[in-house]
Amino acid sequence: MTARVGVITFPGSLDDKDAMRAVTIAGAQAVPLWHADKTLNNVDAVVLPGGFSYGDYLRCGAIARFAPVMEKLVDAALGGLPVLGICNGFQVLCESHLLPGALTRNDHLHFICRDQTLRMENNTSAWTTNFAIGQEIVIPLKNGEGGFVADERTLDELESEGRVIARYVGLNPNGSRRDIAGITNAAGNIVGLMPHPEHAVEELTGPTTDGLAFFTSVLSSLVTNGRIAV
Amino acid sequence: MSIDTVSHAETSPTTEQPFAALGLKPDEYQRIKDILNRRPTSSELAMYSVMWSEHCSYKSSKVHLRQFGVKAPKNDAMLVGIGENAGVVDIGDGWAVTFKVESHNHPSYVEPYQGAATGVGGIVRDIISMGARPVAVMDPLRFGDPSHPDTRRVVNGVVAGIGGYGNCLGLPNIGGEVVFDPSYQGNPLVNALCVGTMKHEDIHLAKATGIGNAVILYGARTGGDGIGGVSVLASETFDADGPAKRPSVQVGDPFMEKLLIECTLEVLHAGLVEGIQDLGGAGISCATSELASNGEGGMHVWLDRVLLRDSSLSPEEILMSESQERMCAVVTPDKVDAFMDVCTKWDVEAVVIGEVNASGRLTVDWHGERIVDVPPRSVAHDGPVYERPFARPAWLDARQADAPTADRLARPGSADEVRTTLLRMTAAPNLASKTWVTSQYDRYVMGNTVLAQPEDSGMIRVDEKTGRGVAVSTDCNARFAALDPYLGAQLAFAESYRNVATTGATPLAVTNCLNFGSPEDPGVMWQFERAVTGLADACLDMNTPVTGGNVSFYNQTGDIAIHPTPVVGVLGVIDNVAHRTPMAWTTPGDAIVLLGVTHDELAGSEWAHEIHSHLGGLPPVLDLNAERALAQVLIEGSQRRIIAAAHDIADGGLAQALVEMSLRARIGAHIAIPAGKDAFVQLWSESATRAVVVIAPASMSDFAELCARNNVPMTVIGSVVAEPTLTLSDVYSQEVSVSISELFEVSESVLPALFG
Repeated sequence: MTARVGVITFPGSLDDKDAMRAVTIAGAQAVPLWHADKTLNNVDAVVLPGGFSYGDYLRCGAIARFAPVMEKLVDAALGGLPVLGICNGFQVLCESHLLPGALTRNDHLHFICRDQTLRMENNTSAWTTNFAIGQEIVIPLKNGEGGFVADERTLDELESEGRVIARYVGLNPNGSRRDIAGITNAAGNIVGLMPHPEHAVEELTGPTTDGLAFFTSVLSSLVTNGRIAV
Repeated sequence: MSIDTVSHAETSPTTEQPFAALGLKPDEYQRIKDILNRRPTSSELAMYSVMWSEHCSYKSSKVHLRQFGVKAPKNDAMLVGIGENAGVVDIGDGWAVTFKVESHNHPSYVEPYQGAATGVGGIVRDIISMGARPVAVMDPLRFGDPSHPDTRRVVNGVVAGIGGYGNCLGLPNIGGEVVFDPSYQGNPLVNALCVGTMKHEDIHLAKATGIGNAVILYGARTGGDGIGGVSVLASETFDADGPAKRPSVQVGDPFMEKLLIECTLEVLHAGLVEGIQDLGGAGISCATSELASNGEGGMHVWLDRVLLRDSSLSPEEILMSESQERMCAVVTPDKVDAFMDVCTKWDVEAVVIGEVNASGRLTVDWHGERIVDVPPRSVAHDGPVYERPFARPAWLDARQADAPTADRLARPGSADEVRTTLLRMTAAPNLASKTWVTSQYDRYVMGNTVLAQPEDSGMIRVDEKTGRGVAVSTDCNARFAALDPYLGAQLAFAESYRNVATTGATPLAVTNCLNFGSPEDPGVMWQFERAVTGLADACLDMNTPVTGGNVSFYNQTGDIAIHPTPVVGVLGVIDNVAHRTPMAWTTPGDAIVLLGVTHDELAGSEWAHEIHSHLGGLPPVLDLNAERALAQVLIEGSQRRIIAAAHDIADGGLAQALVEMSLRARIGAHIAIPAGKDAFVQLWSESATRAVVVIAPASMSDFAELCARNNVPMTVIGSVVAEPTLTLSDVYSQEVSVSISELFEVSESVLPALFG
C-alpha cells in the first residue's frame, strides 16, 4: 500500500505544488488538503509547505494556525501523525505550539535565497531516519523571517534531548540561535525545518537531490511504526 | 458633494475645467469637446486625461511602433500579436507562452519599494489576463552612479520591493539586469518582465461581448492611491523643484495578488469568463473603455457599486484610481453565481458593476445620475496621435568622432597592467557579482527553474513529462544606443538572441521596453525612431516577431535625458531542458574555444566606461547573418550534446566571460592569447557575435565540423584545468595568473560594500 501524504494549501501557500512533487518522487501518493477542510482525508502524514500564508501580515503563521484544518491537524499530530513544516510551515507549527520557539526576522534584515549547507544531527525523527548523523547536505534556503529563537532553557533542552535535527554549517544565514535550522518534538513525529528540502529532489532544478531523504524517511518510518502496511 | 452630470455639462458650457492640471494640452481638451459636442463632465475629463496620457495612449510613439507590425516576419508561432495585454506564441505540444516587459520607472524613483513592487504586480496581471499561469519574472534594472549617495536609497528600495512582492507571489525570479550609469541618477529604470504558460485552448482576450453580460470588478477594494499615476507621474519630465509626486504612487498587496492569480485561473479554466482585463494604469477608466471598445456594443456602469477602501472618494477619483490587485471580467448572467462562488472560495471580493449593452456608448451612473456618456473607442483607441518632430542631435557627430583609440585612452601594455586591469574590471559595479541582488529573490519556487542568474538566460521547464521549456533573456547596452540608436537597439536584440541560443534554446519571439527621455525633445524623438527602426529591421531579418512591449518616455530630469535604453527581451523554446547548456565548465582537459572574430572595438565598452569614464566612437559592427550562424552552432551543439558549457561574450569582453565562467565553475582555465594578437584588444574588446564554448576532446571533431558547416570562425584558446586558477599566457610575452578565490572575493564584495 502506498502512503498517502497530505499537503495543506493555505491562502498564500507557495511551495505546495513543490511539496507534492517531492512526495510523489519519494514514492508516496500526494493528497492536496485545503485550509478550510474539516478532515485530513485519512492521510498518513502531512506537510505544511512554505509560502506566505495569509500574506504573513500579522506574524508569520499566526493566522494559519486558526484555519479549520489545523484543529484536526493539531489533534492528529499530538496523536503521533508525522508532520513536516517547511519554512512558513515551521512558523505555523511554532504558532500552533506543536514546536517550541519562534522564527524572527533575519538578523541582516534582507530576504535571503541561497544554497545552504546543513549538518544533520538527528536520524530518529519520522522525517530524518534516512540520514546519517553528521552528514552534510546542501538544500535551498529562502526566507525573510528564519531566525530561530527560544529561551536558553528550551534551547538546552532541545540540545540535550537530541531534538535539533539540522544546523547551518559555515554561514548562519539568518541569525538563528545556535545555528539551528530544524527541530523536532519530543515524540519525534513533528519536524520544523527552515530550509527547503522539496526544492532539492531533482538534479535538473535543485542544487542537489539531498532533500529527497526527508520524504523517503517518513515512508520508512510509517512502515517501521506500523502506521502503514508494506 | 455636487456631481457634474452630463445634463449639467450640457447647460454649463463655459465652466472652467482643470484639464492642464490633469496633463491634457489645450488642443486635446478641444478635441474632447468636439467628440462630445459639449464640454466633458468632470468624470469624463478624468477618463480622457488618463487614457490619453502618453503612458496609456502611446500618442508620441504610435506612428513609429507601427513598424513592429508592418515589418513583422511571417511566423506561424504567433498566436496573439501586438495590441492585446501580451503577445502569445506557440511553443509546441499544445503549449503556448506569453511574455511581456513593462516599465515602472517614475514611481520607482519617487517611492522605490512600492514603485518596484507594483511594477511586478502590474506585469503579472497582464499575463493572467491572457489566461496564462505566470511561471517566472525577471527585472532589468538601471540605477545611477553607484557612489552617489541617493543610489543606495533607490537600489535598496527597488530590490526589496521586487523581492517583497515577487517572493510573496510565489514566482521564481530567474534573471534580468543590474546596470549603473550616471545618466540614470534622477531616472532609474525599473522594468519588469513576466512569463506565463497555458494550453492553446486557454487563451483569453480583453473584450466585452454578449449583450446583457455582467461586468464584474473583483480583487482589492478601490482606494485613493495612484490617482493620476499614468498622466501626472509617468507622462511628464521630473522637475527639480516641482511638488512631491508621492501620492501618485500605488501601494501593493502581494497576498491579494496571489489570491487574484489563483481565483482568476480558476474562473478561466472553469469556463466562466467571456472577456477579461486587468486594472493597472488608468484603472476603471481603462478597463471599462477597453473592454467596451474591443467588444461589439456598449457598456453601462453603476459606479456607486464599486467597493471602496475610502468612502469619501469622488466618482472622478474612482475612475482614475490605480489601486492595485483588481481585475474586471465579463460573465454571462447564468454564470455570475458560479463566478462569485470561486471568488468566495479565495476570499476575493467581487461585485457586478456593469452590463454589456447595444448602445454603442460607455455610460456611467453615480447614484442614479449620468456622469459619463461617451463613445468607448474615443477614450480607448482614438486618442491623439502625434507626429512629433525628430532630428539627429547636433552633439552626436562630435561624440561619434571621439573614438577610444590607443592614443586617446591609455591601454594596458604589459602583463602587470593586464593583471591590474583584470582585477579592476572584475570589481566594476556593472560586472561584479549580482548575488547581493539575486539572493533577495526566490529563484526556486515552483520547482521548474532550470537556469537562473548568472546564467546567460533564465530557463523554465514548462512540461514536466516531456521536458519542454522556455528560455528568456533581456539585454541592452545603452551606451551603444547613445552612440548609435539604430545599431544600439540591434546590438541589444543580438545579445539577447545570443544569450538564449547560448543556453541551447531556439529564439522565437521578442518583447521590448523602450526607455527614453522626453518625446518633446526632437533629439530624443530621433533616438526613439532610430531604435524602433533598428529593432524592427533586425526582428524581420531574424524571423523573431515582436509580440508586445512598452514605451516609457519622459525619463529625464530637466533637460538631461537618460541614455536611450531599448531593453530587448528574447524568448526561446527548448525541446528538453535536460539538454540545456550551462555556463560553467566542469571537466579538466576540455578545450576552451572562442567563436567569432575580435576587432579593436572599445567604443561604448565597459572598459572605456569603468577605467576612463569615456563614451565616444561608434559601437561594434553587427552582421546578423553571422549572428544567426553562431546561434545555429550553439543550438545544434546543445541538441547533439557536444557543447559542455557556453557563455556569451558581451560587457567586459572575453576577459569578463572567462572570469564569470571561472567563478561559476570554481575551477580554473589556462588561456593562451592567440599568436600575433594584441592581448588587450583580445581581452576587452566588445565585438559582437562571439561566445566562449567548452568542448570535450571526444566531441572536438564533430564541433569543428559544425562550425565549418555554418562558417563560424573558431579558435581554440585554452583548456580547463583542475587548479582553482585562471591563467592567461602570451600576454605581452608573459603570464598573468589570478586565483579563483581572489576573483571571487573581489567580485562578491562590490555590491555588499556599496549597498549592504
